[in-house]
Amino acid sequence: MTMENTLSSLPVGLEGRPVFELRGVSKTYKRRNVHALEKIDLRLTEGSFWAVIGSSGCGKSTLLKIMTGLLSPSEGSVMLSGKPVTGPRRDIGMMFQQPTLFPWRTAVENVVLPIEIRDGKKAALEKHKDAKALLDLVGLKGFEQVYPNELSGGMAQRVAICRMLITEPAVLLLDEPFSALDELSRDFMDMELQRICKERNATTFLVTHSIPEAVILSDMVSVMSPRPGRIAATVTIDLPRPRTLEMMTEPRFAAYVKQIRELLDKGAFL
Amino acid sequence: MTNKQTGANEEAACETVWAAEKVSWIDRLPRAVTMFLVLLVFLSVWQIAFMLKVISHIILPSPFATIEEIVTVGLNLLTGDYMLKALWTTAQEVLIGFMIAVVLGFFLGLLVGETDFGERMVMPYLVAINAMPKVAFAPLFVSWLGFGIASKVALAAFVALFPVIVGTAAGIHAADQNARMLFRTIGASRWQTLTMLKLPTGMPHFFTGLKNAAVLAVVGAVVGEFLGGGKGFGELIRIAASMINTPRVFALIIYLSLLGLGTFGVVLWLQRKLIFWHKETITTEELFE
Repeated sequence: MTMENTLSSLPVGLEGRPVFELRGVSKTYKRRNVHALEKIDLRLTEGSFWAVIGSSGCGKSTLLKIMTGLLSPSEGSVMLSGKPVTGPRRDIGMMFQQPTLFPWRTAVENVVLPIEIRDGKKAALEKHKDAKALLDLVGLKGFEQVYPNELSGGMAQRVAICRMLITEPAVLLLDEPFSALDELSRDFMDMELQRICKERNATTFLVTHSIPEAVILSDMVSVMSPRPGRIAATVTIDLPRPRTLEMMTEPRFAAYVKQIRELLDKGAFL
Repeated sequence: MTNKQTGANEEAACETVWAAEKVSWIDRLPRAVTMFLVLLVFLSVWQIAFMLKVISHIILPSPFATIEEIVTVGLNLLTGDYMLKALWTTAQEVLIGFMIAVVLGFFLGLLVGETDFGERMVMPYLVAINAMPKVAFAPLFVSWLGFGIASKVALAAFVALFPVIVGTAAGIHAADQNARMLFRTIGASRWQTLTMLKLPTGMPHFFTGLKNAAVLAVVGAVVGEFLGGGKGFGELIRIAASMINTPRVFALIIYLSLLGLGTFGVVLWLQRKLIFWHKETITTEELFE
């Protein structure tokens, strides 16, 4: 790993078909005169895992909103599966820090919610079988008819994963998905996430505050710096897959963590 | 423990036995018993005050006279005499007024909570009207709608309206940022977001409004009767008070409060049925809101 490689803003990336492509995306909130994002370039290839790390207020949520089509960029283009993103898209799956489950719906009803909204109640009922298979995949067999009140934080996030996967999205956008969990559950859920992503060959974009989480999961880790939000550096994580929690004790892992921490310290917390 | 023993028993000392947590005897009694005790203390203080003639007997009757009157009025109600008719009249005013308040309040709450127009143009007027002492409108309602049931229904509805508006509007705003974003990314329509996210999320707020409205509707109806006559329970209270029949006034108020309690209870029951996911007990805050 050479410095040129790690510090270039747009790395060569892995081989494969690009799924998500951002070119020169900038965002200025004219009314408040805030320059939120500055020339973001991202190229997510199929089946890859990309993490973005940065302090609060570095423009991550603006970036996510642009990627999901909730905000339009002031400059630049966003392409998903070869088509420009101009509004909410069916082929994007999203997950948040909170599970955001609806307490009046059972686990399986929560999972099929996106189908119900898009294609109606009947289509949702037909998807119950798929939803159950997904709940099985995340280890929640037998919890289909349980209400969210009776689920632990980790279990609720698994249901949220299923809800994200039910529409078979081309890309998964994860906004600090496990940061509300305790450290032990978080490590476990990270490994679960890796397993699920591999099983479905998912293309994943993760926003996180945790350097170890970013390193253990990702092929690429981008470091964002604030005001205006831009990608300061991108590190290619060259650890073999599947990753295990034991790798976290290896010197290579520690070296990546150290490298990213140093990149962060450069200006992110000024 | 002496010093010698301390050394020898060092290990044993580690297993310190904690003294059992002290619970006062009053907390150990069943709730029904303590509640009855409180009532007994209250009645005793009342009786003592009566015997010491702290207040004139005309104004403050003895607790026994009052209990006797409660029984008399209760028997009158049970035998379906004129008092039951009066209670039914008031009950009608309360229920119709309450239902009008719920329907109207819900739609006004929707208007204010969901639309920009409502929030910017209608809200300020609602806030202004809410700040007014609403029962002061009673004479107006009487002169507009006459001495019959209509003026009382109108006042009950008017007084009960605002908590429903506030509850509905607050409920609509209760859905959190992530849930809204999720619905937007899924591509939900405004109608879907309202019916599948905002209204269900807001149900607890809506029901808080309903519970307040249930109690206030009784206030509205009775004040209407005080000022506009009619054949209701308020009128009975007014007559008893004008004859300085204080025990009767107390007895009538007791039965009237059952009306409010009944409506409140029905709303509470409905809430527990509908919002099964929201396990809550009635808080003091909510009661006195």
